[in-house]
Amino acid sequence: MLEKAFVGGRKYWILIACLLGLIGLGFIMWLWQFRVGLGITGMSRDVSWGFYIGQFTYLVGVAAAGVMVVLPYYLHHYKAFGRITILAEFMAIGAVTMCLLFILVDLGNPVRMINVLLHPTPRSVLFWDMIVLNGYLFLNIFIGWNVLMGERKGSPPPKWIKPFIYLSIPWAISIHTVTAYLYAGLPGRGFWLTAIMAPRFLSSAFCAGPALLLLLCLIVRKTTKFDPGKEQIRTLGSIITYALILNVFFFVCELFTVFYSQIPGHMHHFHYLFFGHEGHANQLVPLMWLAFACMTAAIILLVPPVTRKNEGILTVACVLVLIGTWIDKGFGLVVGGFVPNPLERITEYWPTTPEVLITLGVWATGFLVISLLYKVATSVKVEVGA
Amino acid sequence: MGVNRRKFLKIAGVSTLGVAAKPAADALAIEWLDKKLGGFTVPETLYHLFHKPEGFTPGEALIAKRWAMVVNMKQMDEEIAQACIDACHRVHNVPEIDNPKHEIKWMWHDDYEHVFPGQQHEHIDENSKKLPFLVMCNHCYNPPCCRVCPTKATFKRKSDGIVMMDMHRCIGCRFCMAACPFGARSFNWIIPWPRAEEGGLVRGFEGKEPPTPEYPTRVKGVVEKCNFCAERLAKGKIPACVEACQELCKKKGKEPALVFGDLEDPDSEVRQVLRSNYTIRRKPELGSNPNVYYIV
Amino acid sequence: MYDGGKIIAGIIIGLALLTFPIWYTSGRAAPKPEVKLPVKEKECVQPGPYMKKKHMQVLDLWRDSVVRVQQRSYVAFNGKEYDMSLQNTCMSADCHAKKSEFCDRCHNYTGVVPYCWDCHIPPKEKPEEKH
Repeated sequence: MLEKAFVGGRKYWILIACLLGLIGLGFIMWLWQFRVGLGITGMSRDVSWGFYIGQFTYLVGVAAAGVMVVLPYYLHHYKAFGRITILAEFMAIGAVTMCLLFILVDLGNPVRMINVLLHPTPRSVLFWDMIVLNGYLFLNIFIGWNVLMGERKGSPPPKWIKPFIYLSIPWAISIHTVTAYLYAGLPGRGFWLTAIMAPRFLSSAFCAGPALLLLLCLIVRKTTKFDPGKEQIRTLGSIITYALILNVFFFVCELFTVFYSQIPGHMHHFHYLFFGHEGHANQLVPLMWLAFACMTAAIILLVPPVTRKNEGILTVACVLVLIGTWIDKGFGLVVGGFVPNPLERITEYWPTTPEVLITLGVWATGFLVISLLYKVATSVKVEVGA
Repeated sequence: MGVNRRKFLKIAGVSTLGVAAKPAADALAIEWLDKKLGGFTVPETLYHLFHKPEGFTPGEALIAKRWAMVVNMKQMDEEIAQACIDACHRVHNVPEIDNPKHEIKWMWHDDYEHVFPGQQHEHIDENSKKLPFLVMCNHCYNPPCCRVCPTKATFKRKSDGIVMMDMHRCIGCRFCMAACPFGARSFNWIIPWPRAEEGGLVRGFEGKEPPTPEYPTRVKGVVEKCNFCAERLAKGKIPACVEACQELCKKKGKEPALVFGDLEDPDSEVRQVLRSNYTIRRKPELGSNPNVYYIV
Repeated sequence: MYDGGKIIAGIIIGLALLTFPIWYTSGRAAPKPEVKLPVKEKECVQPGPYMKKKHMQVLDLWRDSVVRVQQRSYVAFNGKEYDMSLQNTCMSADCHAKKSEFCDRCHNYTGVVPYCWDCHIPPKEKPEEKH
């Protein structure tokens, strides 16, 4: 089946070449980082996680799109989604690949990575995160590939794959929960120390993931002979709407607790992110406002059925959702937790050029995986005349 | 109660070992296993069946059940604080890095309002506002950093409660830095002491040499912090900062500004100082239970 | 077999490339490394042949013992006590005082790059004595 990824038109190969170029550039930058240390990034003693871990956190969410399609199809027998489960699963593979790569590039000593297995430490949340992420990657490759094979042969997927599919549903929930627990259990960080962290992760995942999937579906429809379907896209739109509203609602819950209780250690971080420090707005302030402007605009566009059912407007709304959640989770969440630091001092963070290039390289790797897998999936779908 | 708890842990441990069990039970079992294995992991213990560590604690070593420190701010001044910091950074080969973002510090001083955030107010006495509060790793009794480390590269030593760093094992994930509520940990963002063949990789550092050849340096990409001078305690010496501080205080005719000793020993100097002075600790509400006390 | 000729040619070229180091240096083995043993101290912490084979395991146990369980003294096979320290015991003035004449000789020969010296500081050697 894999051979289908190597047959394509001019546009396909240009896309692959561009992605490979970005990967190469990122890889060269990473080699440099490997040689001289993580000092080439914008991270510091006070903001000790930055862009890389932010992307990781965001992409764990994107990987969730899988479950929002698999769950209605297998548990509620919502037949329409059968057409796009494979796209959702393959997107999850790309997203989880990026997650793992972002952890890798963030490590100070990547050659010692295997220590996590040599000295397994179950009381560390990172240990569990490693298990759930690798497990989710494996499940999606395994299920996606087998179901597609079955489809190609014109037979229903093998019976023994069912338990794995059912397992993948709670497993998808676990990857967000465990990733949220990375943050939510740290005593000295008021910004993250909140029980609603895991629900917030789930809600933002369930809007960002399907939003990216919806955009990918539209690209697939435009560039291949396979049409993911009108109803499918419309249902995805509804899922995004619900999840987005929940996401903003959870954020408002957070704001209420923080600002009504007025506990300084929790308030400082929000102040820093949305108003800057002592009247000095930092680069993050406009970004954070932009994020919530995007999400609000997306809600306004998505709630009325008239606009939601219009595919053009739906596309715009999805882009807004992606921008909003990306800034909120991929940037603000991580940096905001570190500023001010435990001694209530301010250290600014902004990614450096090499850091951005490495990040782009990882994104390109993920999209290369998605492109190759989508090529296979759509070719099979066209072949069997779906 | 104690017996019940132990029994429970044992059952939890055995059942976890026997069957695949929930993460929660597993975490409990690990605590129990930890005690059994003396701080080593299961693969290490298996390895040690064939290759046993044959060491013992040297006779001259200073031994305690729980090391603790008292910082007496009534005796502290800028000069003493700086002497402590210099002594610490010298014996541990801590590099001086100008860029504050890449800075490494095991010990430093800061203002009252930053060391005790949440306890400051605008009418605090002039003296406390100016005093250099010496800060370092608190060697918490319940350290959040050790809880999160995925490789046990940072761990609390069972015998005396020192929170140690195993630089051979640290993978540089910096989870401990996020977990530490006191900002006590530094990461090697750049090569701390570039060797001749690495010349030019770190600007302004070529040719600088570590001041104490007996103590190792660190490699880029690992986290480091105060270790209560574990290497000196093993040789029967008190921590470098305490030594430097007590010398200088004596010269100035002051009581020692740093006191170090065994918290579990009722006759130790630390306990005597704690008995006769009102002391506070940093962020006690977080339950990490610091072993560094301040007389304000 | 499709493209049989091409496959066989490919296998032959591959094998030739893989075995390149063997036939290229045939009959001309590099000289065996000679380490300079300490003059003053006659015995190591374990007998010589054992150390030759197992010094990595010994050092590995030493570092675990020192860093993790606070046991820093080692009883050698001859009953002598040693401070477990690569930097201060193994490389002390009376023992392996020159890294370039001891560690490096075999490590360079076998192409091994242990990362001990990324952190631990080898004793100072005067540059002219290095070669």
